[in-house]
Amino acid sequence: MIVRISGEDQFRLEDNLHDQLDRLAGTAHAAVDADDESAFSRSLAELLGFVRANGTRVDDEEIETSDVILPPSDTTLAEARTEFTGEGLIPD
Amino acid sequence: MAGLTGRMSTVVKAKVSKLLDRAEDPAETLDYSYQKQVEQLQNVKKGIADVVTAKKRLQLQETSLQQQVVKLDTQARQAVSSGKEDLARVALERKNIAQTELQGLDTQVTELEDQQQKLTDSEQKLRAKIESFRTKKEVIKAQYSAAEAQVKISEAATGVGEQMADVGLAMQRAVDKTENMKARADAVQELEAAGTFDDITALGPGEDDIDRQLKSLSSKSAVDDDLAKLKGELGSGAPGAAGELGAGDEGAAATADPSKEQSA
Repeated sequence: MIVRISGEDQFRLEDNLHDQLDRLAGTAHAAVDADDESAFSRSLAELLGFVRANGTRVDDEEIETSDVILPPSDTTLAEARTEFTGEGLIPD
Repeated sequence: MAGLTGRMSTVVKAKVSKLLDRAEDPAETLDYSYQKQVEQLQNVKKGIADVVTAKKRLQLQETSLQQQVVKLDTQARQAVSSGKEDLARVALERKNIAQTELQGLDTQVTELEDQQQKLTDSEQKLRAKIESFRTKKEVIKAQYSAAEAQVKISEAATGVGEQMADVGLAMQRAVDKTENMKARADAVQELEAAGTFDDITALGPGEDDIDRQLKSLSSKSAVDDDLAKLKGELGSGAPGAAGELGAGDEGAAATADPSKEQSA
């Protein structure tokens, strides 16, 4: 599975890590719902750290479409809410 | 994958298909968007330069406020030496205000410095991403001109389009941030220039009269403390001493700093 960290790189991860990734993303999303800034930045850092630690960076010469795209590391709670989750750029 | 990641993927993918739908000649589109990225990077660099300029202006203001604090302190000492307690009080009040202002400016400057560092970091990251996009686009252009299977080209175009959209997104965020920082620095600068901070009696936003009175109470006691300290340092704390000194030195004090009487 190919995961992109927006603003950084693409990483290739074993498919069996999907569930773990999903759980970490769920924690970050719950922090957005709970309006908890520090929990959000903590869980986002954990999520991105998991990808960096368990994935291999996709080479510049390789062209792959991502299966998952994660928000940039410096995403604020407000951005996560308005742009990347709720009624952001693309309404539900 | 629902939620946060799903949404982020949707945002980028929507951008990608929009970019590719418009593209009649993918090779040309890729070259054009590479050029655009290089141009936008210049904007980010310019934005950082603006933040630096704004920071320098605030630092200049800091210097002039520091000088003002020293001057007011000297004036307060002169006034105490001359037994002019009221005058000393005015000077100390103003010194107090200048010091508070100075602390506020200091916070702003530190924050700007912090942001400047972050923006410089992201500029470097962007530069690397643009370079990686250039490599990818050359790969895809080679494939396209070789007229390989159309499916493969469109797949690859989506992949490189994703990178293109992501660089665009990152660039937009960097530009927004520099503009934000600059706007904040400018706002502080404008408040300073308009003398908002100088007007002791002005009510700040969200302040009512009780706030002001409470504030003036605490600043009054700070001034009282300062005055007592100064009197102690100058050895004029004894009752009566101030009066005697004042009577004798009044003329000398006035000549020492004629501007003070007018400005007070």
